[in-house]
Amino acid sequence: MSSVFVSSPYVAPVNSLQRLMIQVIIALLPGTLTYAWLFGPGVLINIALACVFALMFEAAVLKLRDKPVMVHLTDLSAIVAAWLFALCLPMHSPWWLVLVGIGFTMIAGKHVYGGLGFNPFNPAMVGYVVLLISFPREMTTWYLPASVSGATLSFSEALAYSFGGVDIQQWDALSSATPLDQVKTGIGQQIAISDIRLSPVFGQFAGKGWEWISFAWLIGGLWLLLTRTIRWHIPVALLLGVVSMATVFYLLDMESYASPLFHLLSGAVIIGAFFIATDPVTAATTDRGRLVYGLMIGCLIYVIRVWGGYPDGVAFAVLLANMCVPFIDYYTQPRVYGEK
Amino acid sequence: MPKLHHFPGGIKLAGHKSESLVQGLQQASLPRQLFLPLKQHIGEYNKPLVDVGERVLQGHVIAAGSSLICAAVHAPTSGVISAIGNFPVAHPSGQSDTCIVIDVDGKDEAAVPVLPDLQQADAQRLSELICRAGIVGLGGAVFPTSPKLSRGKAQGIDMLIINGVECEPYITCDDSLMRNYAAEVLRGTGYLQRILRPQGTVIAIEDNKPEAIAKITAAFAQSGLTDTEIVAIPTIYPSGGEKQLIQILTGKEVPHGQLAFDIGLFCQNVGTCVAITRALEQDQPLISRVVTISGDNIRQPGNWEVRLGTPIRHLIELAGGYLHSDSPHLVMGGPMMGFSLSGDQVPIVKASNNILVMREQTIPHSPGYHDECIRCSKCTEVCPASLLPQQLYWHVRARAYDRAEEFHLFDCIECGCCSAVCPSTIPLVQYYRAAKSDIRAAQTAQVKSDHARIRFESRERRLLLKKQQEDERRRLKREALQKKKAGSTASSADPVQAALERVKARKQIAQEEST
Repeated sequence: MSSVFVSSPYVAPVNSLQRLMIQVIIALLPGTLTYAWLFGPGVLINIALACVFALMFEAAVLKLRDKPVMVHLTDLSAIVAAWLFALCLPMHSPWWLVLVGIGFTMIAGKHVYGGLGFNPFNPAMVGYVVLLISFPREMTTWYLPASVSGATLSFSEALAYSFGGVDIQQWDALSSATPLDQVKTGIGQQIAISDIRLSPVFGQFAGKGWEWISFAWLIGGLWLLLTRTIRWHIPVALLLGVVSMATVFYLLDMESYASPLFHLLSGAVIIGAFFIATDPVTAATTDRGRLVYGLMIGCLIYVIRVWGGYPDGVAFAVLLANMCVPFIDYYTQPRVYGEK
Repeated sequence: MPKLHHFPGGIKLAGHKSESLVQGLQQASLPRQLFLPLKQHIGEYNKPLVDVGERVLQGHVIAAGSSLICAAVHAPTSGVISAIGNFPVAHPSGQSDTCIVIDVDGKDEAAVPVLPDLQQADAQRLSELICRAGIVGLGGAVFPTSPKLSRGKAQGIDMLIINGVECEPYITCDDSLMRNYAAEVLRGTGYLQRILRPQGTVIAIEDNKPEAIAKITAAFAQSGLTDTEIVAIPTIYPSGGEKQLIQILTGKEVPHGQLAFDIGLFCQNVGTCVAITRALEQDQPLISRVVTISGDNIRQPGNWEVRLGTPIRHLIELAGGYLHSDSPHLVMGGPMMGFSLSGDQVPIVKASNNILVMREQTIPHSPGYHDECIRCSKCTEVCPASLLPQQLYWHVRARAYDRAEEFHLFDCIECGCCSAVCPSTIPLVQYYRAAKSDIRAAQTAQVKSDHARIRFESRERRLLLKKQQEDERRRLKREALQKKKAGSTASSADPVQAALERVKARKQIAQEEST
C-alpha cells in the first residue's frame, strides 16, 4: 500500500517563503506610504516599474535555467527585492534607470549565483551600487518634500517624467541635495553644523520629511520583530554601531560631526537596519554572528558617511559585510548541547 | 518542586491528543496469528528456541540471545509455532526480518507463574528477574533494561527520572497507561529505587495531561514512596527526549559522548515501570504493551493494550477501519520522529507506542520539490541541540560529510523541529538521516577494506619472506655443492674431514631454514 516513503516529521509546515515575504511587504507599507505622502507619488511609480521589470527578468531567467517559473514568481522574493531596490532610487527616475538597476539586481545579484538562497551579496544593493557608480547624475538628483518646496509632482507628471515625456529642466527648482549630502558638503567647506542646519531642508531631528519616513520604517521594523520575521540581533547591533560611532565623534566636536540622532534618522539607516541588513540569504546566521555583522555594518555606514566619498554608506557597508559572512559564521558557531 | 530549567529551542505543536482519549484504554482481542520479530530491542540478535510445530504457552521464552545487551522474546499467548522466516517488520527501510509465527489457539493458556520472594530479593536478583522478562525501555529506544540498570548501579545514581512526558503529538499511550495503572507505575518506580538507591526521584509529566498527573498523585499518597516528587513540566516539544528532560529537571547537559548515568542520572519510561511491576509481582514477561492508534484516517482513534506480534491490520479493524481505505499511510511512532511502514501486515513490537494512520494524499512534506534554503535560521532557533541546521544542510547537500561532522551532524537527535519550521519546507532531517547512514556505511566499508588491505599486505610479506628463505637455501646449497666439489678433489686426501664438513654444511642449511 504505502508507495511513498517519506521520512518524518509528518506535520504540516508552519512557515512558507511566501508568508515571510508578505510580512516584509506589509512592514514596508507604512514607510512607503509616508514617503509617497511627503515626496509625491514618484516613489510608487518606481516601485511599480521595478516590480514589473523584476518579474519579467525573474521569469525569463527561470525559464532559461529550466526552473519552475510560477513556483518562484509566487514566492514574492522578486517583489521584495524590487521594492527595496526601488526605495533606494531618487523619487523621480527615468524608466531605463529602473530597468538597468533591476536587471543587475535580478541577474548579477541573484541568478548568476544560482538564484534565491545562493547569492552572497544583497541583490537590491548590487543593483543600486551599479547605478550609483554608473549614473551619478541621475542617482543624485533628489527632490524636496512638499513641505519645503511647496509642491510635488502629481501622479501624471511623475509618470511623464519617468518615461521621458517631459524636459527634466522644468522641475530643476524642486530638486536639491539630500540633507546628508548638504552636511557632507558643508563640513567639507568648513561650515559649522549649526550653520548648515539653518537650511530649510532640515527638520526637527534630521532632514525634513526624511525623519518621518525613518519613523515609519521603524514601525515596519517593529512589525517584523513582532511577527518574528526577523530577530533583534542585526537591527539592534547595526543601530548601536551607528549611534556609538556618532556619539563618540559628536562629543569630540559638535560643530564638525553631526549628532547621533541626525545620523540615525537620515538616509537609509533605519530601513537598512530592519529591511536590508536583515536579508537572511546574505546575512550572518548565528546569533553572535548577527551581532558582529550588524555592528560591522553600523560602523561602516558611519565611516563611509563621514570619511568616504558618498553621502550615505548603507549599500557599501552591507556589501562589505556580506563578504565577511562566511568568516563570521564560521567563528561564531554556538556551543552545541553537551560540548564543553 | 525542583526549579525547572529550559532547553534551547523546541516548538509548540498542535497536540491532537484528545482524539485518542475519547474512549478509555481497551484490551485488544487476539488475532489469528502473531508475528514476533527475533529482535525487538537495541543490541544483539536473538536466536529462536522453538521449532515449527511446537506448542507454546503464554510466557514461554521463544527466542533469546547470549550477549549482555539482549532481551528475550516470549510467547504472548498459547498456540502452535507455524513458521519461522522472513516477514515484513517495522523498520524505516521497509525490510523484512526473521519472525516467529504463532498460530493462536484462542485458549490463552499461560505457563505456571513462579512468583519470586520479593522481600528477600536483592538488587542483583531483581535485575535478573527483569532481564528474564525481556524488558526493554518502552519509551521508544528499546534498550534492554537490565544491562542499563547494572551500568547505572555501577556508576551510582543521584536522581531517578521517571519519564511520563510523552511530548509528541497524537501519542497518548503513556497518558492512558498512567490513568489506568498509576499504582503499578509507582510500584515499578519503587523497585527501580530498590535497585539503584537514588538520592531522589522525579516523575515528570507534561502539564497537558492533568488527569494522568491527578491519578499518579492520588496513587502516590498510598504508595509509601519516599524522596519522590511528581513534577508537571511545560508542554513544549521535545521535552520528552532524555537529554532535554534532564536539562529541564536539572539544568545539566549530558556531556558529549557520555550517557545519562555518567552524570548520576537514570531515566526510565512509565511504561517500563509497569512492565517491571508485572514481571516481578506476577512473573509476567513483556508480552503486551499499550498502543495508541490515531491520525486523520482512522475511524475510532484510541488506546489498546495489545499482545506483541499482533498485525497492525487487526488493530485497524478494532479501531473501526480506515476512513479512506484507498491509500492509507501508516507511521510507527509520532508524526515528528516516527517512520513510515511498508503496510498494515507489520506486527506490533516492543517499540510500538503509536500507530499514526494518515492518507497518502495529505502527507505534508511529500517528496519532490522544495524551495532552496534562504538561511533564515528559523531552524537554528528551534534546535534543542543548539546545532546550525542550515549549515549542516549546506554541507550535507554538497556531500562534504567531513564538514557536516565538524558541524556536529551526529549530535542531531532527529527531533524534526527544523523541518517543521523551515519556510522553504526542506525535509532537513531526511537529509541528515541520509548523510548519517552514508557516513556509517562508508565507515563500515572502510573497516572492511582496511581489514582486507591488512590481510593482503601480510600475505605479500609472507610470500616475500618465503621467497627470500628459498633463495637463501638455494644459495647455501649451491655453496655447499661447490665446496663439496672443491672438497672432493681435496677429500681424497682426507675423507673424514670431508664427511665432517658435509655434515656441518647440512646443519647450517637446516639452521638457516629454521630461522
